[in-house]
Amino acid sequence: MCLAIPGKVLEIEGDDPFLRTARVSFAGIVKSVSLACAPEAKVGDYVLVHVGLAISVIDPEEAEKTFRYLREMGDLDGLDAAPEILAPPSA
Amino acid sequence: MKFVDEFRDAAVVHSLADAIARSTTRPWTVMEICGGQTHAIVKFGLDQLLPPGITLVHGPGCPVCVTPAELIDQAVELALRPGVILASFGDMLRVPGNGVDLLTAKARGGDVRTVYSPLDAVRLAQDHPTREVVFFAVGFETTAPANAMAVLRARQMGIGNFSLLVSHVLVPPAMRAILGAPDNRVEGFLAAGHVCAIMGTAEYAPIAREFRIPIVVTGFEPVDIMEGLLRCVRQLEAGRTEVENAYARAVRAEGNPSAQAIVRQAFTVVDRTWRGLGPIPASGWDLRPELARYDAPRKFALRPAPIGAAGECISGEIMRGVKKPHDCPAFGIRCTPERPLGAPMVSSEGACAAYYRYRQRTPQPVAGAA
Repeated sequence: MCLAIPGKVLEIEGDDPFLRTARVSFAGIVKSVSLACAPEAKVGDYVLVHVGLAISVIDPEEAEKTFRYLREMGDLDGLDAAPEILAPPSA
Repeated sequence: MKFVDEFRDAAVVHSLADAIARSTTRPWTVMEICGGQTHAIVKFGLDQLLPPGITLVHGPGCPVCVTPAELIDQAVELALRPGVILASFGDMLRVPGNGVDLLTAKARGGDVRTVYSPLDAVRLAQDHPTREVVFFAVGFETTAPANAMAVLRARQMGIGNFSLLVSHVLVPPAMRAILGAPDNRVEGFLAAGHVCAIMGTAEYAPIAREFRIPIVVTGFEPVDIMEGLLRCVRQLEAGRTEVENAYARAVRAEGNPSAQAIVRQAFTVVDRTWRGLGPIPASGWDLRPELARYDAPRKFALRPAPIGAAGECISGEIMRGVKKPHDCPAFGIRCTPERPLGAPMVSSEGACAAYYRYRQRTPQPVAGAA
């Protein structure tokens, strides 16, 4: 239930901080999301959405740091190749 | 999907698994708190990439699993009252109470509706002014801002036919309860990333200090979980007991101040009884006294439902990390998602549901037994 999904803010509507909403695209599926808990969100940002509410604006620099760190540790030789998405093993 | 696909990159996951193996010299038991993390671990087989010494046990971060059966009985009672619409997250509908589940109440004529967001339940109340809409507000800190918003918005808009049946629980008191038990085996925690996105990380420092245990705030994708685990193992190996944030793209140290302010307007800390774990002091939230008219048990003068007998379900031991789903003699035999004995078999975040869906469907044979 604590799952939250990242989506891109396309458009913001309303001025009242409590009632502000955004149209957010989740890989093409667009939903209306409350921005009451993400007042800093701007068009183009990615927000983490949980049960209709944006709970965090994703920091792209921090997202990149994980991979930079791994690269520096020499743990990641294959990172620059096209990523192969991990699939669940077949049952 | 941006911020998802790159965190499922198989090469990165395998590199992290190698790094964990290189860092491990002794056996360690680490608990991931959140059921969403449990499902990712079992679904992607992350535990099978780890060196044999690393054991992952699965924590209580499944709101549906820890909601007391007696509250489900109250939800069923409300759903069967004429004029009431009982709105709930879909996950709750199949969870057994002491009597029937909400799906059965629906089959018996109760008006039970599944909603995606508590705000949708407020809209339902607006659309049905002659009915009473009760939202079954379960969840951890992550879900509390949305549930708080629903009641505050109903008050702002003067919607009188809306109320909440609240079963809100908090992660840090449960971690203390797990660590304080005499049979505890948890040596490191992966803290629940989205709970920390709301609340920040300050609450965890005293726990790390007091119980001398590393706590790593961790996300939900395979790369996140492996990175959280690597950091946790490195702390354990080095004898460090710190709070680290391995999910900094979503979690700030101070959390989300707007969300915290909304939660404070609606909720106050109370003692809660957790299904499987029992009573834990100051471990939940309930509506503030000034919002009493949105509190369904008061509004409908519900009596506390009688406490049911403890059944065969060992969910408490599983959620404390003492046992795993395959240790349960009922797993996959007398307890299945279609006929569950306990909540972890039905919730999309329950450990038993994850093992049933992605692993062998019967108890593992005991070593040495015929």
